[in-house]
Amino acid sequence: MDYVLGLGDDALVAAQRLAQWCARAPELEEDVALANIALDQLGAARLLLTYAGELEGAGRDEDALAYLRGDREYRNCLLVELPEPDFAVTMAKLLFLSAYQKLRYEWLAAAGDERLSAVADKARKESAYHLDHASLWTVRLGDGTPESHRRMQDAVDRLWPYTHELFEGDHAALRPQWLSLVTAVLDEATLTRPADGGWAPGGGRQGLHTEHLSYLLAELQVLHRAHPGARW
Amino acid sequence: MNVYDVVAAVVDPELRVVTIADLGILRDVTVDGERVTVTITPTYSGCPAMDVIRADIRQALRSAGYADPEIVTTLRPAWSTDWITDDGRSKLAAAGIAPPGPSRGPIALTLGVRCPRCGSPNTEELSRFGSTACKALWRCRACAEPFDHVKAY
Repeated sequence: MDYVLGLGDDALVAAQRLAQWCARAPELEEDVALANIALDQLGAARLLLTYAGELEGAGRDEDALAYLRGDREYRNCLLVELPEPDFAVTMAKLLFLSAYQKLRYEWLAAAGDERLSAVADKARKESAYHLDHASLWTVRLGDGTPESHRRMQDAVDRLWPYTHELFEGDHAALRPQWLSLVTAVLDEATLTRPADGGWAPGGGRQGLHTEHLSYLLAELQVLHRAHPGARW
Repeated sequence: MNVYDVVAAVVDPELRVVTIADLGILRDVTVDGERVTVTITPTYSGCPAMDVIRADIRQALRSAGYADPEIVTTLRPAWSTDWITDDGRSKLAAAGIAPPGPSRGPIALTLGVRCPRCGSPNTEELSRFGSTACKALWRCRACAEPFDHVKAY
Protein backbone atom coordinates (compact mmCIF):
# COMPACT_ATOMS: atom_id res chain seq x y z
CA MET A 1 0.00 0.00 0.00
CA ASP A 2 2.85 2.40 0.86
CA TYR A 3 4.23 1.89 -2.63
CA VAL A 4 0.97 2.93 -4.30
CA LEU A 5 0.52 5.77 -1.80
CA GLY A 6 3.99 7.08 -2.69
CA LEU A 7 3.04 7.28 -6.37
CA GLY A 8 -0.36 8.81 -5.62
CA ASP A 9 1.00 11.34 -3.11
CA ASP A 10 3.71 12.45 -5.56
CA ALA A 11 0.99 13.20 -8.09
CA LEU A 12 -1.39 14.84 -5.60
CA VAL A 13 1.21 17.15 -4.05
CA ALA A 14 2.62 18.04 -7.49
CA ALA A 15 -0.92 18.91 -8.65
CA GLN A 16 -1.45 21.20 -5.67
CA ARG A 17 1.87 23.02 -6.23
CA LEU A 18 1.19 23.47 -9.95
CA ALA A 19 -2.31 24.74 -9.28
CA GLN A 20 -0.80 27.50 -7.15
CA TRP A 21 0.43 29.09 -10.40
CA CYS A 22 -3.13 29.48 -11.63
CA ALA A 23 -3.63 33.16 -12.60
CA ARG A 24 0.04 33.93 -11.74
CA ALA A 25 2.02 32.30 -14.55
CA PRO A 26 4.22 34.49 -16.77
CA GLU A 27 1.78 34.30 -19.68
CA LEU A 28 -1.81 33.19 -20.26
CA GLU A 29 -0.86 30.10 -22.27
CA GLU A 30 1.39 28.98 -19.41
CA ASP A 31 -1.43 29.44 -16.96
CA VAL A 32 -3.52 27.06 -19.02
CA ALA A 33 -0.59 24.66 -19.48
CA LEU A 34 0.24 24.37 -15.78
CA ALA A 35 -3.43 23.92 -14.87
CA ASN A 36 -3.68 21.18 -17.52
CA ILE A 37 -0.62 19.40 -16.15
CA ALA A 38 -2.01 19.73 -12.62
CA LEU A 39 -5.24 18.13 -13.85
CA ASP A 40 -3.35 15.17 -15.33
CA GLN A 41 -1.50 14.74 -12.03
CA LEU A 42 -4.74 14.96 -10.07
CA GLY A 43 -6.36 12.37 -12.34
CA ALA A 44 -3.52 9.91 -11.74
CA ALA A 45 -3.59 10.72 -8.00
CA ARG A 46 -7.30 9.91 -7.76
CA LEU A 47 -6.87 6.52 -9.45
CA LEU A 48 -3.84 5.67 -7.31
CA LEU A 49 -5.31 6.79 -3.98
CA THR A 50 -8.53 4.89 -4.69
CA TYR A 51 -6.44 1.78 -5.32
CA ALA A 52 -4.31 2.37 -2.20
CA GLY A 53 -7.50 2.61 -0.13
CA GLU A 54 -8.76 -0.69 -1.53
CA LEU A 55 -5.42 -2.37 -0.82
CA GLU A 56 -5.58 -1.13 2.77
CA GLY A 57 -9.08 -2.57 3.12
CA ALA A 58 -10.11 -0.19 5.92
CA GLY A 59 -12.81 1.58 3.92
CA ARG A 60 -10.82 4.74 3.16
CA ASP A 61 -11.59 6.25 -0.25
CA GLU A 62 -9.61 8.82 -2.26
CA ASP A 63 -11.08 11.72 -0.27
CA ALA A 64 -10.32 10.17 3.11
CA LEU A 65 -6.72 9.62 2.03
CA ALA A 66 -6.25 13.06 0.49
CA TYR A 67 -8.03 15.16 3.09
CA LEU A 68 -7.74 13.30 6.36
CA ARG A 69 -4.12 12.27 6.63
CA GLY A 70 -1.49 14.33 8.42
CA ASP A 71 1.95 15.08 6.99
CA ARG A 72 3.53 12.07 8.74
CA GLU A 73 1.16 9.81 6.83
CA TYR A 74 2.04 11.22 3.40
CA ARG A 75 4.50 9.15 1.36
CA ASN A 76 5.47 11.62 -1.39
CA CYS A 77 9.08 12.44 -2.22
CA LEU A 78 10.41 15.72 -0.82
CA LEU A 79 10.98 17.16 -4.31
CA VAL A 80 7.28 17.72 -5.01
CA GLU A 81 6.51 19.51 -1.72
CA LEU A 82 9.28 22.12 -1.98
CA PRO A 83 7.99 25.66 -2.49
CA GLU A 84 8.24 27.31 -5.90
CA PRO A 85 9.30 30.91 -5.37
CA ASP A 86 10.49 31.25 -8.97
CA PHE A 87 9.09 29.99 -12.30
CA ALA A 88 12.52 28.47 -13.03
CA VAL A 89 12.14 26.28 -9.92
CA THR A 90 8.76 25.07 -11.18
CA MET A 91 10.27 24.12 -14.54
CA ALA A 92 13.33 22.39 -13.05
CA LYS A 93 11.01 20.45 -10.74
CA LEU A 94 8.70 19.51 -13.60
CA LEU A 95 11.68 18.39 -15.68
CA PHE A 96 13.04 16.15 -12.90
CA LEU A 97 9.62 14.87 -11.84
CA SER A 98 8.15 14.16 -15.28
CA ALA A 99 11.29 12.34 -16.46
CA TYR A 100 11.08 10.21 -13.32
CA GLN A 101 7.32 9.63 -13.57
CA LYS A 102 7.62 8.71 -17.25
CA LEU A 103 10.26 6.06 -16.52
CA ARG A 104 8.46 4.75 -13.48
CA TYR A 105 5.07 4.54 -15.23
CA GLU A 106 6.65 2.84 -18.24
CA TRP A 107 8.18 0.31 -15.89
CA LEU A 108 4.88 -0.23 -14.06
CA ALA A 109 2.90 -0.48 -17.32
CA ALA A 110 4.94 -3.58 -18.14
CA ALA A 111 5.00 -4.95 -14.57
CA GLY A 112 2.79 -7.61 -12.99
CA ASP A 113 0.08 -5.68 -11.11
CA GLU A 114 -2.82 -5.43 -13.57
CA ARG A 115 -4.50 -2.47 -11.85
CA LEU A 116 -1.30 -0.41 -11.50
CA SER A 117 -0.28 -1.32 -14.99
CA ALA A 118 -3.56 0.06 -16.44
CA VAL A 119 -3.16 3.36 -14.54
CA ALA A 120 0.49 3.64 -15.56
CA ASP A 121 -0.26 2.87 -19.19
CA LYS A 122 -2.41 6.02 -19.39
CA ALA A 123 -0.23 8.20 -17.17
CA ARG A 124 3.02 7.47 -19.02
CA LYS A 125 1.81 9.27 -22.14
CA GLU A 126 0.77 12.26 -20.06
CA SER A 127 4.17 12.32 -18.32
CA ALA A 128 5.92 12.23 -21.70
CA TYR A 129 3.97 15.33 -22.71
CA HIS A 130 4.84 17.09 -19.42
CA LEU A 131 8.48 16.22 -19.98
CA ASP A 132 8.35 17.77 -23.45
CA HIS A 133 6.87 20.93 -22.02
CA ALA A 134 9.41 21.21 -19.18
CA SER A 135 12.25 20.53 -21.64
CA LEU A 136 11.16 23.35 -23.95
CA TRP A 137 11.07 25.82 -21.05
CA THR A 138 14.37 24.61 -19.57
CA VAL A 139 16.08 25.21 -22.91
CA ARG A 140 14.32 28.54 -23.42
CA LEU A 141 15.37 29.82 -19.98
CA GLY A 142 18.79 28.14 -19.77
CA ASP A 143 19.83 29.22 -23.24
CA GLY A 144 18.13 32.59 -22.87
CA THR A 145 19.31 35.83 -21.29
CA PRO A 146 22.08 35.96 -18.65
CA GLU A 147 19.38 36.52 -16.01
CA SER A 148 17.17 33.59 -17.09
CA HIS A 149 20.26 31.37 -17.37
CA ARG A 150 21.38 32.31 -13.85
CA ARG A 151 17.97 31.59 -12.36
CA MET A 152 17.51 28.30 -14.23
CA GLN A 153 20.97 27.10 -13.16
CA ASP A 154 20.23 28.16 -9.59
CA ALA A 155 16.97 26.16 -9.64
CA VAL A 156 18.72 23.06 -11.02
CA ASP A 157 21.47 23.33 -8.38
CA ARG A 158 19.02 23.75 -5.52
CA LEU A 159 16.76 20.86 -6.48
CA TRP A 160 19.42 18.38 -7.60
CA PRO A 161 20.07 16.90 -4.10
CA TYR A 162 16.38 16.00 -3.82
CA THR A 163 16.47 13.85 -6.97
CA HIS A 164 18.40 11.07 -5.22
CA GLU A 165 15.39 10.18 -3.10
CA LEU A 166 13.42 9.28 -6.25
CA PHE A 167 15.62 6.27 -6.86
CA GLU A 168 15.78 4.81 -3.37
CA GLY A 169 15.38 1.07 -3.00
CA ASP A 170 13.91 -0.87 -5.89
CA HIS A 171 14.20 1.90 -8.42
CA ALA A 172 17.95 2.55 -8.29
CA ALA A 173 18.19 0.96 -11.75
CA LEU A 174 16.10 3.76 -13.26
CA ARG A 175 18.56 6.53 -12.35
CA PRO A 176 20.98 6.01 -15.26
CA GLN A 177 18.06 6.29 -17.73
CA TRP A 178 16.78 9.34 -15.87
CA LEU A 179 20.22 10.93 -16.00
CA SER A 180 20.44 10.47 -19.73
CA LEU A 181 16.99 12.05 -20.27
CA VAL A 182 17.76 15.01 -18.01
CA THR A 183 21.38 15.53 -19.06
CA ALA A 184 20.40 15.82 -22.73
CA VAL A 185 18.03 18.67 -21.85
CA LEU A 186 20.49 20.43 -19.52
CA ASP A 187 23.20 20.23 -22.21
CA GLU A 188 20.96 21.76 -24.83
CA ALA A 189 20.01 24.45 -22.33
CA THR A 190 23.73 25.25 -21.77
CA LEU A 191 23.27 24.40 -18.10
CA THR A 192 25.78 22.56 -15.93
CA ARG A 193 24.68 19.26 -14.46
CA PRO A 194 25.49 19.31 -10.73
CA ALA A 195 27.93 16.71 -9.46
CA ASP A 196 26.58 13.65 -7.65
CA GLY A 197 27.89 12.50 -4.29
CA GLY A 198 26.88 15.48 -2.20
CA TRP A 199 23.98 16.06 0.16
CA ALA A 200 21.10 13.68 -0.53
CA PRO A 201 18.10 14.42 1.69
CA GLY A 202 15.36 11.78 1.98
CA GLY A 203 12.68 10.50 4.32
CA GLY A 204 9.56 11.44 2.38
CA ARG A 205 8.68 7.83 1.63
CA GLN A 206 8.80 7.14 5.38
CA GLY A 207 6.63 10.15 6.23
CA LEU A 208 9.45 12.46 7.33
CA HIS A 209 8.81 15.70 5.46
CA THR A 210 9.96 19.28 5.29
CA GLU A 211 7.81 21.89 7.00
CA HIS A 212 6.58 22.98 3.57
CA LEU A 213 4.26 19.98 3.28
CA SER A 214 2.34 21.01 6.41
CA TYR A 215 1.52 24.42 4.94
CA LEU A 216 0.56 22.85 1.62
CA LEU A 217 -1.74 20.35 3.34
CA ALA A 218 -3.31 23.07 5.48
CA GLU A 219 -4.45 24.77 2.28
CA LEU A 220 -5.42 21.52 0.55
CA GLN A 221 -7.42 20.20 3.51
CA VAL A 222 -8.93 23.26 5.16
CA LEU A 223 -12.38 22.96 3.62
CA HIS A 224 -12.76 19.26 4.27
CA ARG A 225 -11.52 19.62 7.84
CA ALA A 226 -13.93 22.48 8.55
CA HIS A 227 -16.86 20.73 6.85
CA PRO A 228 -16.24 16.97 7.08
CA GLY A 229 -17.79 15.06 4.20
CA ALA A 230 -18.34 18.23 2.13
CA ARG A 231 -19.12 17.51 -1.53
CA TRP A 232 -19.49 19.60 -4.64
CA MET B 1 -34.05 2.81 -31.00
CA ASN B 2 -32.05 -0.03 -29.43
CA VAL B 3 -30.16 0.46 -26.19
CA TYR B 4 -26.75 0.77 -27.80
CA ASP B 5 -27.95 3.54 -30.11
CA VAL B 6 -29.46 5.44 -27.16
CA VAL B 7 -26.10 5.48 -25.34
CA ALA B 8 -24.06 6.00 -28.51
CA ALA B 9 -26.01 9.18 -29.27
CA VAL B 10 -24.87 10.90 -26.04
CA VAL B 11 -22.92 14.01 -26.96
CA ASP B 12 -19.48 14.71 -25.48
CA PRO B 13 -19.89 17.64 -23.05
CA GLU B 14 -16.64 19.34 -24.06
CA LEU B 15 -16.64 18.61 -27.79
CA ARG B 16 -20.34 19.12 -28.43
CA VAL B 17 -20.16 18.18 -32.11
CA VAL B 18 -19.23 14.53 -31.55
CA THR B 19 -20.88 11.70 -29.63
CA ILE B 20 -19.14 9.50 -27.07
CA ALA B 21 -19.21 6.71 -29.68
CA ASP B 22 -17.52 8.97 -32.29
CA LEU B 23 -14.79 9.76 -29.73
CA GLY B 24 -14.21 6.09 -28.95
CA ILE B 25 -14.82 6.46 -25.22
CA LEU B 26 -17.92 4.23 -25.29
CA ARG B 27 -16.62 0.70 -25.06
CA ASP B 28 -19.59 -1.56 -24.43
CA VAL B 29 -23.32 -1.71 -23.74
CA THR B 30 -24.85 -4.93 -22.45
CA VAL B 31 -28.45 -5.69 -21.51
CA ASP B 32 -29.40 -8.36 -19.01
CA GLY B 33 -33.18 -8.30 -18.66
CA GLU B 34 -33.97 -4.76 -17.45
CA ARG B 35 -30.39 -4.13 -16.34
CA VAL B 36 -28.16 -2.11 -18.66
CA THR B 37 -24.40 -1.99 -18.13
CA VAL B 38 -22.40 0.67 -19.96
CA THR B 39 -18.60 0.61 -20.11
CA ILE B 40 -16.73 3.83 -20.83
CA THR B 41 -13.08 4.87 -20.72
CA PRO B 42 -11.52 8.29 -19.99
CA THR B 43 -9.52 10.18 -22.61
CA TYR B 44 -7.05 11.63 -20.08
CA SER B 45 -6.61 10.34 -16.49
CA GLY B 46 -7.95 13.59 -15.10
CA CYS B 47 -10.66 14.28 -17.68
CA PRO B 48 -13.15 16.42 -15.72
CA ALA B 49 -16.00 15.60 -18.12
CA MET B 50 -16.37 11.99 -16.92
CA ASP B 51 -18.95 12.82 -14.24
CA VAL B 52 -21.07 14.78 -16.71
CA ILE B 53 -20.80 11.96 -19.26
CA ARG B 54 -22.02 9.45 -16.66
CA ALA B 55 -24.93 11.73 -15.76
CA ASP B 56 -25.82 12.24 -19.43
CA ILE B 57 -25.80 8.49 -20.09
CA ARG B 58 -28.10 7.94 -17.10
CA GLN B 59 -30.43 10.65 -18.34
CA ALA B 60 -30.55 9.29 -21.90
CA LEU B 61 -31.28 5.77 -20.69
CA ARG B 62 -33.92 6.96 -18.24
CA SER B 63 -35.70 8.82 -21.05
CA ALA B 64 -35.65 5.61 -23.08
CA GLY B 65 -37.20 3.67 -20.21
CA TYR B 66 -34.13 2.06 -18.64
CA ALA B 67 -33.83 3.00 -14.99
CA ASP B 68 -30.68 2.74 -12.91
CA PRO B 69 -28.06 1.56 -15.40
CA GLU B 70 -24.66 0.46 -14.17
CA ILE B 71 -21.81 2.55 -15.58
CA VAL B 72 -18.39 0.98 -15.41
CA THR B 73 -15.13 2.80 -16.12
CA THR B 74 -12.29 0.82 -17.65
CA LEU B 75 -8.71 1.94 -18.36
CA ARG B 76 -7.86 -0.95 -20.66
CA PRO B 77 -7.26 -0.86 -23.53
CA ALA B 78 -6.07 2.70 -22.98
CA TRP B 79 -7.79 5.34 -25.09
CA SER B 80 -5.77 7.12 -27.72
CA THR B 81 -6.83 9.49 -30.47
CA ASP B 82 -6.71 6.51 -32.85
CA TRP B 83 -10.06 5.50 -31.28
CA ILE B 84 -11.80 8.52 -32.81
CA THR B 85 -13.89 7.28 -35.74
CA ASP B 86 -13.61 8.66 -39.28
CA ASP B 87 -17.09 10.07 -38.85
CA GLY B 88 -15.94 11.77 -35.62
CA ARG B 89 -12.93 13.26 -37.40
CA SER B 90 -15.10 14.73 -40.15
CA LYS B 91 -17.49 16.22 -37.58
CA LEU B 92 -14.59 17.82 -35.66
CA ALA B 93 -13.11 19.29 -38.83
CA ALA B 94 -16.52 20.61 -39.92
CA ALA B 95 -16.79 22.40 -36.55
CA GLY B 96 -13.40 24.10 -36.98
CA ILE B 97 -11.48 21.74 -34.69
CA ALA B 98 -8.49 20.12 -36.41
CA PRO B 99 -8.65 16.35 -35.84
CA PRO B 100 -5.54 14.51 -34.59
CA GLY B 101 -3.03 12.70 -36.74
CA PRO B 102 -2.04 9.10 -35.99
CA SER B 103 -0.57 8.66 -32.51
CA ARG B 104 1.73 5.73 -33.34
CA GLY B 105 5.30 5.88 -32.12
CA PRO B 106 6.73 6.81 -28.74
CA ILE B 107 5.95 10.48 -29.15
CA ALA B 108 3.09 11.50 -31.37
CA LEU B 109 3.95 13.73 -34.30
CA THR B 110 2.15 17.03 -34.35
CA LEU B 111 3.57 18.10 -37.70
CA GLY B 112 1.33 18.74 -40.65
CA VAL B 113 -1.82 20.04 -38.96
CA ARG B 114 -4.16 21.48 -41.59
CA CYS B 115 -6.25 24.56 -40.93
CA PRO B 116 -9.85 23.36 -40.50
CA ARG B 117 -11.10 26.64 -42.05
CA CYS B 118 -9.10 27.03 -45.25
CA GLY B 119 -7.26 23.70 -45.45
CA SER B 120 -3.80 25.28 -45.55
CA PRO B 121 -0.97 23.17 -44.14
CA ASN B 122 0.85 26.40 -43.25
CA THR B 123 -0.03 26.40 -39.54
CA GLU B 124 1.79 26.89 -36.25
CA GLU B 125 1.35 25.84 -32.65
CA LEU B 126 0.52 28.71 -30.29
CA SER B 127 0.20 26.71 -27.12
CA ARG B 128 0.71 23.02 -26.39
CA PHE B 129 -2.23 23.14 -23.99
CA GLY B 130 -5.70 24.35 -24.92
CA SER B 131 -9.17 24.85 -23.49
CA THR B 132 -9.55 21.17 -22.55
CA ALA B 133 -7.07 18.40 -21.70
CA CYS B 134 -7.34 16.90 -25.18
CA LYS B 135 -6.70 20.04 -27.24
CA ALA B 136 -3.84 22.37 -28.19
CA LEU B 137 -4.13 25.88 -29.62
CA TRP B 138 -2.95 26.47 -33.20
CA ARG B 139 -3.05 29.29 -35.74
CA CYS B 140 -3.23 29.28 -39.52
CA ARG B 141 -0.55 31.41 -41.18
CA ALA B 142 -2.55 31.52 -44.42
CA CYS B 143 -5.94 32.77 -43.18
CA ALA B 144 -4.69 33.97 -39.74
CA GLU B 145 -7.48 32.10 -37.97
CA PRO B 146 -6.68 30.54 -34.57
CA PHE B 147 -8.17 27.07 -34.06
CA ASP B 148 -8.29 24.14 -31.64
CA HIS B 149 -6.44 20.96 -32.52
CA VAL B 150 -7.19 17.62 -30.86
CA LYS B 151 -3.61 16.62 -30.06
CA ALA B 152 -2.43 13.21 -31.19
CA TYR B 153 -2.21 11.10 -28.04
